[in-house]
Order: sequence, then C-alpha cells, then structure tokens
Amino acid sequence: MNGTAAQSRREFLRVTALAGGGLLIAVAVPGVGRLAEAAPVDATFAPNAFIRITPDGEVTVVVGYSEMGQGVLTAVPMLVAEELDADWSRVHYEQAPADPVYKNPIFGMQGTGGSTTVRASWQPMREAGATARAMLIGAAAKRWGVSPADCRGEAGHVVHAGGKSLPYGALASEAARQPVPAQVKLKDPRDFRIIGKSLHRLDTPLKINGSGRFGIDVRVPGGYTAVLARPPVPGAKALHWNAERAKSMAGVRAVVEVPGGIAAVADGYWNAKKARDALDVQWDLGANTAYSSEDIRRSFAARAQHPGLVARHDGDVAAAMHGPHAAKRLEAVYEVPYLAHACMEPMNATASVTADGITIWGGVQAPGAIQQALAAAFHLQPGQIRVTTTLLGGGFGRRFGLDFVFDAAFVSKAIGAPVHVMYPREDDMRAQFYRPAALLRFEGALDAQGAPLALRMNTVCASIAKAAHMPLPDGIDSAAVEGLTAFPYRAPNVQVEWSESEPPYTVWFWRSVGHSQNIFFVEGLVDEMAIAAGKDPYEYRRELLGGAPRYRAVLELAARKAGWSSPPPAGRYRGIAVAESFGSYVAEVAEVSVGDDGTVKVHRVVCAVDCGRVVNPRIVERQMESAIVYGLSAALYGRITIEHGRVRQGNFNDYPVLRMREMPRVEVYILPSTENPGGVGEPGLPPLAPAVVNAIHAATGKRLRALPIDTNALKRT
Amino acid sequence: MVTLNVNGSTHSVDVTPDTPLLWVLRDTLNLTGTKFGCGEALCGACTVHLDGAPIRSCSVPASAVAGKRITTIEVIGKTAAGRAVQEAWLALDVPQCGYCQSGQIMSATALLARKPRPSDADIDAAMDGNICRCGTYNQIRAAIQSAAAHLAEGA
Repeated sequence: MNGTAAQSRREFLRVTALAGGGLLIAVAVPGVGRLAEAAPVDATFAPNAFIRITPDGEVTVVVGYSEMGQGVLTAVPMLVAEELDADWSRVHYEQAPADPVYKNPIFGMQGTGGSTTVRASWQPMREAGATARAMLIGAAAKRWGVSPADCRGEAGHVVHAGGKSLPYGALASEAARQPVPAQVKLKDPRDFRIIGKSLHRLDTPLKINGSGRFGIDVRVPGGYTAVLARPPVPGAKALHWNAERAKSMAGVRAVVEVPGGIAAVADGYWNAKKARDALDVQWDLGANTAYSSEDIRRSFAARAQHPGLVARHDGDVAAAMHGPHAAKRLEAVYEVPYLAHACMEPMNATASVTADGITIWGGVQAPGAIQQALAAAFHLQPGQIRVTTTLLGGGFGRRFGLDFVFDAAFVSKAIGAPVHVMYPREDDMRAQFYRPAALLRFEGALDAQGAPLALRMNTVCASIAKAAHMPLPDGIDSAAVEGLTAFPYRAPNVQVEWSESEPPYTVWFWRSVGHSQNIFFVEGLVDEMAIAAGKDPYEYRRELLGGAPRYRAVLELAARKAGWSSPPPAGRYRGIAVAESFGSYVAEVAEVSVGDDGTVKVHRVVCAVDCGRVVNPRIVERQMESAIVYGLSAALYGRITIEHGRVRQGNFNDYPVLRMREMPRVEVYILPSTENPGGVGEPGLPPLAPAVVNAIHAATGKRLRALPIDTNALKRT
Repeated sequence: MVTLNVNGSTHSVDVTPDTPLLWVLRDTLNLTGTKFGCGEALCGACTVHLDGAPIRSCSVPASAVAGKRITTIEVIGKTAAGRAVQEAWLALDVPQCGYCQSGQIMSATALLARKPRPSDADIDAAMDGNICRCGTYNQIRAAIQSAAAHLAEGA
C-alpha cells in the first residue's frame, strides 16, 4: 500500500476521453505500465479503466475484484463515489475483465481473497475518485472563468461558491481534456458522506429474481456440457473405460481424456452426467490407497513428538519450562480434520479454446492467476487469455483453485468447441482441495500467579503455500503458523514450531486459512490456562492483553454486550475467544446449552469487531455473521474423512452444514476506529469454534480438543 | 417429448423422460434463475412451485410434472406474496453471494401463500430444507416476517 501511495500521480492515473464524450479514469497499479498515455478514442472502452462517466451523468465503477457475497461490488464503488462526490443513486458497478491493470496490489496479481479488497482499494480507489472530481471541477471552472478553488463537488454536480452548478455528465467530455492533477487531496474522514453508511448493496436487485449470472449460468452458442470421471484416489490413473456405451447415449457428443479425468461431453448437464456415470472407468488406484484419516492422525501425532521448524522463538522455553518459576505444567494435543468449502454453487467453468487464445467464463477468485497459468500451459501470452468473471456462488478460498478452469480449457481444446465443465456436488466435495488437517502438541508452564511462563506449540499440517506455489520464507509456511506466531498474551517464553506433513491431498485456502485451526488451538489453550490458574476466562485474557489494546478493546466490548458479569439464562453457559486476523480484531462470546444426549445448541453469539475504518457497517455486520455461521457449521459438523485413499463424504447428507432451525441469534458490535481498514470477510470466523468449545467446557467440565464437536463425549451417562 | 406448463406457457421439450425438471428449466428453457446445488433434494437451491407448492426440481423427473403448473423465480414477483418477499429481501439486503436465494425466495413465498402470518416454528419448518452457506438465515427470517406484515397491511 505504501508503494502505491508513493507512485507519482502521473504514472498512477490515466485519463481518456470516452467515445460519446464521457470521462474515464484508470488507476495504474505499480509495476504495470500497460495503459497507453493517450489511448485512441475507439480504445476507451478497453477494460483498463475504473471510472466511467457518461454525458447523461451515470457513473460506472469498474471493479476488478470478485463478488462472492462479501459486498465488493458495493464497497469499491463507495470508495470511488465518496471522493468523486457522486450522486450515489447514479453509481453503478461493472465487473472488470482479467487485465493486469486490475492487479490486487497486496497480491501483485488480479485476485480476491485474504480479506484484502477494501484494504487494497482504500487508497487507490479514493484517489481515482478524487482525481475525477478535480478534473470535473477544473472543467467547470474553465467554463465559468472562475478559480477551481471556489468550486466543489456535491452529489454529482460541480457547485461554485457563487451558486452556479453543473451536473457531472454535462462536464464529462471537457473534464477528459483537463490535465491529470499531480496530487489530489483526499477528504478528511469527518467529511465522509458515503463511506461509513449502511448503503444498500448494488447487487441485491439481481439476486432476488434469478437474473444474476453465476458461472453455472453462462451459455455460449455452440457450447456443450461436460462431466468428468475423476480419479477416486489422488494419483489414480484411468486404465480403460466404456466410451462406446457413453457415446451411444442420448445427446452425447464425445468422450475425451484430459488431465483431470475422462470427460463425457453432451448437450446439457443431465446427458453429460448420465454418460459420465456410464463410462465405468477402471482405475489403477496407485500408491495412495493406504491412507485413512486414522493413519494420518497417528502420523501427525508421531511427528509432533519431534521438533519442527521454529517460527517464533521468545526467551528460552525449555529452560523456563523446567526452571524454578514453573509452578504448574500443562500438556495437550489439539486436532482438526480436513474441511471442504462446500460452496453452494459447485465448481464449474466455461472455456472456449481457439487458435488465437482462450476465453474463460466463470466464478473465479484469481483471474490474474488464470491468465498466467493457462498461458504457460497452452503456450500462449497472458493477454491471449480472456476471463469474464461472473458472480460467484460462494468462494471461501475454493475458487482461487484452477482445477475446474483447467478442466474446461482442456476439454474445449480436445473437442474444438466451447464447453461448460460441471462438477456434480459429489465431485465438488471430493475434489481434494481441503483446509489442512492439523494437529498441535502443546506443553506449557504457568508461574505461581497462574500467568503463562513458557509455551511450546508444535503444529503439524501440510503446506498451502506449496500447493499454491507461494514462497516459504525460511522454509516456513506462514499459513500453517498464522494465529500461533501472533500469540498476543503476555508470556516471556514462547516457541512455535511447524512440521510439514505429506499426505497427498491438496490443502487449500479455506475461509480464514491457518487461523481457522490455530485460533481454535490457542483460544482453547488460553481457556485451559485460565481454568488451571483458577481465574475467570475473560478476566484472565483481559489481564494478559494489557499490551495489546486492540485485542483488549474488542474483548471488553464483547464481554460487556454479552453480559459476562451477570449469569446467563438458566441452562446456558458462555465461552469467549478473541483473535486478530487479516488486520482486524474480533472477540466473540457464545451462549450454549448441552443436552443430556450431548446435543450442543448455540443460542446466541455476541461479536465485537475492530476492523479499522468501516466502509459499510451493514456489510461488516453481515460478514461477521456469515463467518460465524460458516465457522459454526465446521465446529459442529465439518469433517472430510479419508478411507483407503478415498474421500468418504459426498453431499450435504454426510457433510452437514448449519440450517435455519439451528441458527443462533447473532449480535455484532463495531468498535469505532480511525485505523486504516482491516479485512472483514474472514476475521469473524476464527474465534467462533473456541468460544463454543469454551462454553461447552463451562457447561459440562469437558474440554474438547478436537473438531468437529464430539457429542458422544458430551453425553450424560 | 414432455409437455410442461412453465410460468404460464406451454412447452413441448425433447428430453429423456428421466431428465429432472431442474435441467429442463436450466438447459432446455434457459430459465437459469433456478439453481443446482446438490442433485439430491438436500439443499433447496432448485426450489420451484408445482401447483403452488414448493418442490426440489433436481429430484423430480420432468415427465412426472407434465401438465402441472410450474412456477419459477423469474415470475414469482407477479404474485402478491412473491412481490412482498422480494421487496422484503431488497429492503433488508438479504443476499450475500445470492446463489441460494432463488430457492429461499421460492420456499418463503410458498410459505406465505399458505400461511400469511407464520410463526418462527413455521418458518423453521418451511425453510429448513434451504441451505445458505453465507449464513443469511437470520435475515431470511426477518424478511419473511416483514413480508408477512406487509401482506397483512395490504389485505
């Protein structure tokens, strides 16, 4: 972000006159000098622009980020509209194509994830809006023969101190000929009229009448649908299959072998799926049939007995653990299983491979990665890969994957026609892109006052960074240890270690990534320490967070709003947890009851969040609630199990998720902040599972150290 | 050939008789508002109305609904309950990713058409078959109650 701000204004912004007399502002991201200095008029509809103002005054903000429910198609236009002083009722969004100009400056490529959109857009999109406003003011001042300093923007108009006013649309073509200001002054946040308001989402109207277009809704003339028979075990090879039988079926056009499996290509999904099911593929299952979840767990536990790579090292843990000040020793093993994302829209993509390039349509999180990866695989230039990003029917990290995009491209190339590759739900569930299974071995010592003296946290899991071809500084995958290395409580001796595990299942970004398991570990352990110290879990945390004011502030707010100091309703128990992730601080209090049969009911979740400056409070509240629900599904039910190398779960019957009748009341409180924005898509998730498990301990005295919650262990016998 | 009455129009479609209604709607009639989620009547994304009652179109062969009145999300706003539901969804900004919302709206509309003042238990029962991975359940509940209130005012 600092690099972005440091760019010179002239390198940073490009302005072009639109055919028809509009104004177009493009923000170039550092390192991308792709826009022509003076684009020809007929090129102004080229997709390297962020703002378009037409002569009739409609403002279109071109959004380079993917909309998967988190509200970017509203939040990004709000940033632009604020500094543009636009009339919000005339602001529209448009989904950008794949182009390096839409690079996410945090990632260095076009992609949406890691709760980065508002953080990445906060500065450049406001500057784009301010630049457009300055040029509109310049055009008006010139026309009126007045000083620009006496003019201001107001609700889609330039207004002169003397009372004259012109709508932006009337100034658009003159504004395009104004010089790009070398510097723009951004508003004092006290003057915000749009940022900070719970404006309605711009994408709601097309999500209530079936008109919103998701990847699954793409229809390309002359296109077919393909469903693949996929390796049931990682590394399995197809030996033979009954292509003739499949091809004799109604509507079937082809059966082709591609790297992802054997594809049945047909008119429409139903014919394709039936043909796929009729292929009767015989597989050489290969070397990975020995894996089972139980074996994986045992191998992790054995591995955790040995030292791992050290990711944080404060003080001297070994010496303190056995030294004279260690009054109480604690040991624990925590673990979590693989998790599927189970997006509502199963993975799918449409591809058309022709001699001059590849066109992809679909709900994707990483158009930039698609350009790079397909170009490399098909020996093309990235510019020959066109990507039309549709709405995403859930993302949660899964749609950062390229498997379904590659399937579509390979099948299209093989049949010489556009093709829509569809994953049936079972293929989606078994596609082996999972939140890593992980196991953490903990040893700790408390001092005489019960405060943490020495903590050693040794985690074992596979590397997402390796799966995603990302760097591992010092050999350590930060996704494996995030949330552990950030351990915020006062403790003089802390050691975090990571051992990489090898099983062949692809591990992948899953909402909140490493925090999804590591905060469950840490916040369970802190609860254990509090109880071992004989202290209230909230007070214990609060005291140890004296040096971490943003943690402490959300912790206090959540506790206060939950009524921590007064007893919960009869039969209910509370648990608390707090975490930072993606630049935001969230504390949650769960109010839980446990039935005699072990059934866990979460009645209420109180959430306090400090995510810095808030662009749209309602969207923030909804994202917190969304992450709470996603986290609760995982805590109660989420588990992918491996048997003989195969994934057992396939659909919502054996991979249940939260439903309406299980939904707790959720209250979200936003802490006012003048810090730069933090992320909001993911930070609501990490504290949820530990808050629930800590509440279960309060209810039953039983400490659950594994997810999903084992209701059998909670039965009263 | 199967003859279907969809959104007030009659369509003769050339599909194998076992083709689920969902895929006739989506792939033959290009009514893509109705979504595919699970294929097993487990998630509710494919909910449409059959003679006014909600069904999971992924698990009903097209041949089984020939001649019956099929209504999809594309025209649900033409009914009083459907319009009230859509307006409540809009006012409360219910959708996030939006993928499940066609099915949610169809289930909610069928509920209100049958039971204009539903209790929380009625809402649970009517909506429990519709999964939302974004977790909009509380907003869905509030929007159903709001739509019910508006319908009652208008009545």
